[in-house]
Amino acid sequence: MAEEVVKFKVTIDGIPVEVEPGTTILNAARQIGGDIVPPAMCYYSKLEGTGGKCRTCLVKVSKGSEKDPRPMPKLVASCRTTVMDGMEVQNITSPDVVEARKGVVEMLLINHPLDCPVCDQAGECKLQDLGYEHGDEGTRYEFERRTFERIDIGDKIQLHMNRCILCYRCVFVANQLTDEREHGVLNRGDHSEISTFIHKALNHDFVGNVIDVCPVGALTDKTFRFKNRVWFTKPVDAHRDCPTCAGKVTLWYKGDEVLRVTGRKDEYGEVEEFICNTCRFETKHTSDWTLEEPTPVDHESVIGANHYLNFNPPSVIHEDKKLQLANEEQLARTERLK
Amino acid sequence: MQSLSNRKKVIEQKPMNIWERMYLPAIAKGLSITLRHFFKKIPTIKYPEEIRPYSKNFRGQHSLKRDEQGRERCTACGLCALSCPAEAITMTAAERQKGEENLYREEKYAAVYEINMLRCIFCGLCEEACPKEAIYLDGPHVTAEYLRRDFIYGKDKLVEPKFDITKLNKENA
Repeated sequence: MAEEVVKFKVTIDGIPVEVEPGTTILNAARQIGGDIVPPAMCYYSKLEGTGGKCRTCLVKVSKGSEKDPRPMPKLVASCRTTVMDGMEVQNITSPDVVEARKGVVEMLLINHPLDCPVCDQAGECKLQDLGYEHGDEGTRYEFERRTFERIDIGDKIQLHMNRCILCYRCVFVANQLTDEREHGVLNRGDHSEISTFIHKALNHDFVGNVIDVCPVGALTDKTFRFKNRVWFTKPVDAHRDCPTCAGKVTLWYKGDEVLRVTGRKDEYGEVEEFICNTCRFETKHTSDWTLEEPTPVDHESVIGANHYLNFNPPSVIHEDKKLQLANEEQLARTERLK
Repeated sequence: MQSLSNRKKVIEQKPMNIWERMYLPAIAKGLSITLRHFFKKIPTIKYPEEIRPYSKNFRGQHSLKRDEQGRERCTACGLCALSCPAEAITMTAAERQKGEENLYREEKYAAVYEINMLRCIFCGLCEEACPKEAIYLDGPHVTAEYLRRDFIYGKDKLVEPKFDITKLNKENA
């Protein structure tokens, strides 16, 4: 007789869901989906060991389990707390959680510069969304923000340590995808910073993924630097036969030009599959790719501002050769008169 | 067909009588109306020399502002272009090089900034969207041109001239 699969019943904001034992509260909430999913800055489902650093996913456990119904004494990080049978969790229904999250956002923004107009991540930045949803307009911090010089990590990636919120995702990428770790966190506490040892260039096929996993604009694509704003480019799903990776990417078009290549991101901003550096930096022509379809964009996202449904939208004006000729003639005549 | 409003008048055309055929009385009548208007108050003004008082929130031609040190404020964030309902604004960003710190305020600046004045509806949303207080619609009316392409205003027309306080003192002295 097959062993019966034990499932834990959890209630998150009054919505019951049955999940496997060992699932975290965050993942249980993601199985329900919608507004009740706690935001996460440092947790990344595709990377092992992430989470527990940013504290934005704090939730209140109002009932520990069926056997021990006492509530947990403090708010818990939902990305690191596994569910128990009969657990009751409050996320957006609890004023405590909303208030705590507001404090966390304020804390994350203490050293974060307000350079969104310059930052290339603006428009797809998780911290921007979080600040917009939960944060205050002003800050109570009166001291100078810590500042760093920009660092070029290799010729394709740029590190703005000013913007870093120390989520450690990029460190986990380097640990788990590359053979040899070349960058990490130096110093401790308020002084900690992401760095390579003596500005050593990162050289690995998959190291470009640190750009994708970075929730803020700390690690950005140098080939896309200041090229265009994210919301003026159009994402299109595409694939190619790549010997090193799966080759499934999102191309960001401006007109006929591919400005940027990233991994395909899901609704939580996490890539589905990591892509290699050749796909990301070298192949920026439409001829390199097989186009699939425009990437579905959340209708509340600023990227959907220039909405479109097909690759080649029908032209607004009928092409009239006679009219074009006449216009050219007219222009030539007025030019002569000048 | 019967008229819907019942106010239709049917005009009868008759040959002119002797009084009408003389013409001169009608001309005299017309001239007297013209003469009477010479002594009336003129409702129009001579525009470029004379300007009517403008409303405080009048929105005219855009100008790209400089900060107190004469550096361009615009950082090419694209929010004006995003907010523009007429899609009149386009821009290309560039990175500030070393030695250009006195020209541009931020590390990114607009190398090309164009507003199509034929498209612009002067709604002022760009002004409202700007996080850097760089664009204001505080200029005069946009002038007429002969060619459509002359309505695309570049940075040469939009960026406000540098304000030189030393020159101002000389002029006043």
